[in-house]
Amino acid sequence: MNLSIALFGITREIVGAPTLEVALQPGQSVQQLLEQLHQTYPALGELRSLAVAVNNEYAPADALLQERDEIALIPPVSGG
Amino acid sequence: MLIQLTDQPIDVAAVLQAVQADGAGAVNSFIGTIRNQSTGRRVVRLHYEAYDAMAVHQLRRVAEQAQERWPMLQQVAVLHRKGTLEIGDVAVVVAVSTPHRAESFAACQYIIDTLKEVVPIWKKEEYEDGTVWVAAHP
Repeated sequence: MNLSIALFGITREIVGAPTLEVALQPGQSVQQLLEQLHQTYPALGELRSLAVAVNNEYAPADALLQERDEIALIPPVSGG
Repeated sequence: MLIQLTDQPIDVAAVLQAVQADGAGAVNSFIGTIRNQSTGRRVVRLHYEAYDAMAVHQLRRVAEQAQERWPMLQQVAVLHRKGTLEIGDVAVVVAVSTPHRAESFAACQYIIDTLKEVVPIWKKEEYEDGTVWVAAHP
């Protein structure tokens, strides 16, 4: 399945684009997505934290991804 | 409930007006502003970026959680800026109204503290000699 991942803040700068297309086997989890991204972009591993949002909610590591999901990487937030 | 993520200046007086309620004896607000230094460095301006849809969703969620914890809450407003802000600009406003003052302080603090932990908004500090995404690295 092909996922389109929205990027913000420092993750957008690390990847160098506002969205990232990732090909994953069907039924892969958030954890597996993060492992693949860390291999491609080692600088992601230097962040204080890196969460994944699925359909506007923080997703647990074992959540399974689907092609129609709206997915985003959430680096450490700093609003306020 | 007033929830807003905006690229326009926040009218603080209008927000306070919006949380007025006949059953409220207290209006409490937190106003976050842009200061001119951070960890010893001189800040020139700040750039806020948001994941708009999720940020609005999570702002609403935080306000709803406050209503659950303090059922006596009369009105809640949470507004956050995005885009480029200068020193002294208002970045965030939280305002609540309650029958008595104790709950107004607690609810207001809960909302701003939780906002800073969960709402997908990022700020980049601009110094005279560079920029840094705040809190991105350990």
